[in-house]
Amino acid sequence: MWKVYRVGDVEVQALRGLSLSIDQGEFVAIMGSSGSGKSTLMNILGCLDQPSRGHYWLNGIDTGSLRPDQLAEIRNQQIGFVFQSFNLIPRTSALENTQLPLFYRGLSVREQRALAVAALQRVGLHGREGHSPTQLSGGQQQRVAIARALVATPSLLLADEPTGNLDTQSSREIMDILSALNQEGMTVILVTHEHDVAAFASREIIIKDGQIQSDRVTKGHVHATEG
Amino acid sequence: MFIWLTIVTALRILQRNQLRAGLTLLGIVIGVAAVIAMVSIGEGAKQAVQKQIASIGTNVIMIWPSATRVGGVRGAQGSAVTLTVADAMELKKKVPLLTETGWSMKNVTQIVHGNRNCNSPVYGVSTSYLHIRDWRLSSGGPFTQTDMDSAALVAILGQTVVNEIFEPGEEPLGALIRINNVPLRVIGVLSPKGQSLYGSDQDDVVVIPFSTAERKVLGTMFLGSVGGVYVSTGRVDDLQEATEEIRQVMRARHRIKGEEPDDFTIRTQVEIGMVQEETSETLTVMLMVIACVSLLVGGIGIMNILLVSVTERTREIGIRMAVGAKRVHIMMQFLIEAMTLGVVGGLIGIACGILAARLTTIIAGWPTIISTDAVVVAFIFSVVVGLFFGLYPANKAARLNPIEALRYE
Repeated sequence: MWKVYRVGDVEVQALRGLSLSIDQGEFVAIMGSSGSGKSTLMNILGCLDQPSRGHYWLNGIDTGSLRPDQLAEIRNQQIGFVFQSFNLIPRTSALENTQLPLFYRGLSVREQRALAVAALQRVGLHGREGHSPTQLSGGQQQRVAIARALVATPSLLLADEPTGNLDTQSSREIMDILSALNQEGMTVILVTHEHDVAAFASREIIIKDGQIQSDRVTKGHVHATEG
Repeated sequence: MFIWLTIVTALRILQRNQLRAGLTLLGIVIGVAAVIAMVSIGEGAKQAVQKQIASIGTNVIMIWPSATRVGGVRGAQGSAVTLTVADAMELKKKVPLLTETGWSMKNVTQIVHGNRNCNSPVYGVSTSYLHIRDWRLSSGGPFTQTDMDSAALVAILGQTVVNEIFEPGEEPLGALIRINNVPLRVIGVLSPKGQSLYGSDQDDVVVIPFSTAERKVLGTMFLGSVGGVYVSTGRVDDLQEATEEIRQVMRARHRIKGEEPDDFTIRTQVEIGMVQEETSETLTVMLMVIACVSLLVGGIGIMNILLVSVTERTREIGIRMAVGAKRVHIMMQFLIEAMTLGVVGGLIGIACGILAARLTTIIAGWPTIISTDAVVVAFIFSVVVGLFFGLYPANKAARLNPIEALRYE
């Protein structure tokens, strides 16, 4: 997988001729100060947005030419999201939150349930299927969000500051899960401004003013196996 | 599958906001209930009118003499004495559509029994009259041809007259009454008919043979003149044609030429009933309009609450979009929510409407008929209202930008 990507906005140039390619199975941490354009980059990587100029190829598909519904389908099939603010649907059980992508994929209730239960088990929330977000701690909520992201077995997992609202202990747990998923072959792209979180990744890209400032390979996996 | 799950989701969301959903429903509930109740009352009134028409006999044609005209002064209806028994006999001969022909004369006079008396209309009638008017006897027997030929001193009383001049429990059959000082024997009592379309008491009546009335009790200006001729056709459908034929025969007999107006009036019960029906239909239409306005207001209520809901759940919509919900999915979710409001509102409305109609019958005593058509139409209408007013909010939700929706606080 590779991508060449440029956005030129008349007013705010969030990304200025940024070019980047990420291979399958990589664990990339994208860092940068606020306003550097990393969120914009994530939105485009996640097919929530399209570049105003340039191209983004995801698994060989040029997403720039896709209609909103086709983007939705790609998000549903190939991308898993984890957000800083968890973004679970309120007053809805962990199980149902996890089922959501499968629901839009049109699976039967039984399949949805089985896969969602497995995904929750995977993130260590076995037995909490019926809890609503308010009944869960921040770390647990984020784990539900990860379960929701991985239930659809996406090829790309996008985590936008997944530990931003969590304490050190929970952050560590979350990062361990992400590392484990990466080791199973899932491409993980992580946005963060915490260096110890970025240290889990095997590649670190620093963005400044919409351009790549540095792009280097690190030895992130060591931490993950230790945890 | 998807739709079913969406319905479940919609129901759960409504359940979370029970009070809000309930208040939203109120508009639809009132609208539907109003439609059902109004149509029920309207139908009931219509049926009552039809029953009254039937009580006189639906296939009856009445012919009355027209008013006299002396100079520019027009007398009361029936003040002319131009209609005669001979006219009736002629009609019987010349209009084959007619199955029965009868006639009557009428005068209001005093009826005395013992020390009680009352003033009531006394009808002198032909033998066929009671049958044409479909007036049955509750006791005793009708007049015979012999009574008619011999101008027998016999009378049949209406229930109101019986109540007026007889002591409670006293047997009227065989009793002697006096009308204009002529003693008459009661040979029958009419079964009650109730009020006429105009509200007059149809049971306040005494019926005696025409010949008796003419020669012995009421008297007449010209022998053979009648107050009205009553004929009946075999079928209701023949009324129109028979009416026209009667007019031709009568005009020929009375030597009315060209453009001159008739000197008689022809009426059918159906015509009279139609006026009443129109009145009740106007009322129904008016109430339907009110009900529709109420449904409209209810629909706007649904739209309003859904718009609030879309704003409130912007973030949720963003999440759903992020995990792969297409526009149609989001649209469906809100549409189904709107329709669910419509359906639930409709069902509650139908229940309330039926209840209101029943209460009207119990409290006000108005007859009501629950019309299945109205129930079905009101239900469909409430669903359509939900759907229609759900379209805009649903579309608004579906067109949200996922990034902005996700960031929405």
